[in-house]
Amino acid sequence: MPPRPAEIGSSAGFDVQRIRADFPILQQKIHGKPLVYLDNAASTQKPRSVIDTLVRYYEEDNANIHRGVHLLSERATETYEATRRRVQRFINARESREVIFVRGTTEAINLVAATFGRQNVGAGDDVLITHMEHHSNIVPWQMLCEENGAKLRVAPITDAGELRLDEFEKLLGPRTRFVSVTHVSNTLGTVNPVKHIVDMAHRRKIPILLDGAQAIPHIRVDVQGLDCDFYAFSGHKLYGPTGIGVLYGKAELLERMPPYQGGGDMISSVTFEKTTYNVPPYKFEAGTPNIAGTVGLDTAIQYIENLGMDAIAAHEQDLLAYATERLSAIDGVTLIGTAKERSGAISFILDGVHPHDIGTVLDQEGIAIRTGHHCTQPLMDRFGVPATARAALALYNTREDIDALIAGILKVQEMFR
Amino acid sequence: MSDLRELYQETILGHYKKPRNFGKLPPPSRHREGYNPLCGDKVTVYMHVKDDVVTDIRFEGSGCAISTASASMMTEALKGKTVAEAEEIFKRFHELVTGKEAGDNDNLGKLAVFAGVREFPARVKCATLAWHTFHAALEGGEQPVSTE
Ligand SMILES: Cc1ncc(COP(=O)(O)O)c(C=O)c1O
Repeated sequence: MPPRPAEIGSSAGFDVQRIRADFPILQQKIHGKPLVYLDNAASTQKPRSVIDTLVRYYEEDNANIHRGVHLLSERATETYEATRRRVQRFINARESREVIFVRGTTEAINLVAATFGRQNVGAGDDVLITHMEHHSNIVPWQMLCEENGAKLRVAPITDAGELRLDEFEKLLGPRTRFVSVTHVSNTLGTVNPVKHIVDMAHRRKIPILLDGAQAIPHIRVDVQGLDCDFYAFSGHKLYGPTGIGVLYGKAELLERMPPYQGGGDMISSVTFEKTTYNVPPYKFEAGTPNIAGTVGLDTAIQYIENLGMDAIAAHEQDLLAYATERLSAIDGVTLIGTAKERSGAISFILDGVHPHDIGTVLDQEGIAIRTGHHCTQPLMDRFGVPATARAALALYNTREDIDALIAGILKVQEMFR
Repeated sequence: MSDLRELYQETILGHYKKPRNFGKLPPPSRHREGYNPLCGDKVTVYMHVKDDVVTDIRFEGSGCAISTASASMMTEALKGKTVAEAEEIFKRFHELVTGKEAGDNDNLGKLAVFAGVREFPARVKCATLAWHTFHAALEGGEQPVSTE
């Protein structure tokens, strides 16, 4: 069967025009122009099904979880726990209790630093990260190191934006107690060879966390296959609501870790003399969680599973290659981040024009990109730029979106000539 | 596009490409660093103040067209002014870019080209960064100034 017009220019069977119709927000105009949304690494838009589930949850099922005997509470509890099982399957965790609900990637990393980190990192020890981390995978470790007298080590990257694996390995020393590395860089789009990195750490019996915020929307993630000890991601970058995210942790580690926050649900019994803590995952979920958020996340994952992660990845890789080719062809554009393996984001600078000005001019064309340091200031310093412009792709983007971006950049150049 | 042309006036682009009074001033100068953490723009303002008059003023830094042009034109506008006059110009400039000014900005002279900024609230901090830094340099102190 010949492809229908909508399928031309994307991977076969991936009907991006039909998919776009699922996203109400994409139908609008910005400054009189059709919205071209390329700020997906910051947050993705939500399909109608996710929005509808949130409404239905509040209209029909809303109650607190794990505490009522009444039907609504049972229903809410069941949906909440069903999401945990869906996430478990989605990332191929061994058990559902290895899935902890948090606010997002930031809270997931802070949780690990505040529990596992405090317990295992002491004076004179090292924590190893890389030069391409998001601030949320730098600052929690910096705080921990400051508190416990440990040292934060940073593995360097190449000019292309790839991790220097040889240097990384050298930095894994006898005092390294923890490694935390991003799966995909939010600024450079670099996909790190995380399986290899996990193996290097494990050969020395060092536990490792992977920051999956920018990987989970683009790449099939299998935490057992990767064998990482922790994996963190945010729902809102995965077509789900804000305020919900996931920390995956291996059960045997979670069991030994102290609790994160104190409160309801994380205990099994409380007296004024002594409190016994609940088991994972509840030990790490004090207080009423973002129940609606989990319901929305559940629907978002269903949406992705219906399209198929491999089809999404193929479509996005096609777009990324197209965007890279078109951008590189513009005189005056320099790409920041040219790793062999990339996904999602593409950063660039323009001769004679500050990224902030690019952003303003593109916005007038209805094109939403991100400009600035992208919460990776050390990375900006590494490349000697104050900021970059970043276009970040999602499953609903099209070649037309890239064409609009290119036309917009030419307009910027025209204006600043 | 018309709003954009209002924002990126020729004068502004001119100052962006060729900033005036760019560089350090030799000590003893007052200087202060300003920073916009949102976009990474940095500016350092240097000045000599003698008998309550801004006798010389320069700036250094890297930033967008709006913040660079604003710093450049600020140095031109403030050189030779008394401290009180300079502060008054800052106040009126601030009102101009935030859209609070009462209509009459004649006495702002060339700085009136920044009126277009008011249509771009996200850019107000770019336009005022150097000015806040100047103000802080006058007051003295060491801490870098942040727009956040
Ligand atoms: C690589 C990476 N890590 C962590 C985060 C933080 O995610 P959140 O703000 O959802 O907690 C982000 C978000 O921008 C990110 O891109």
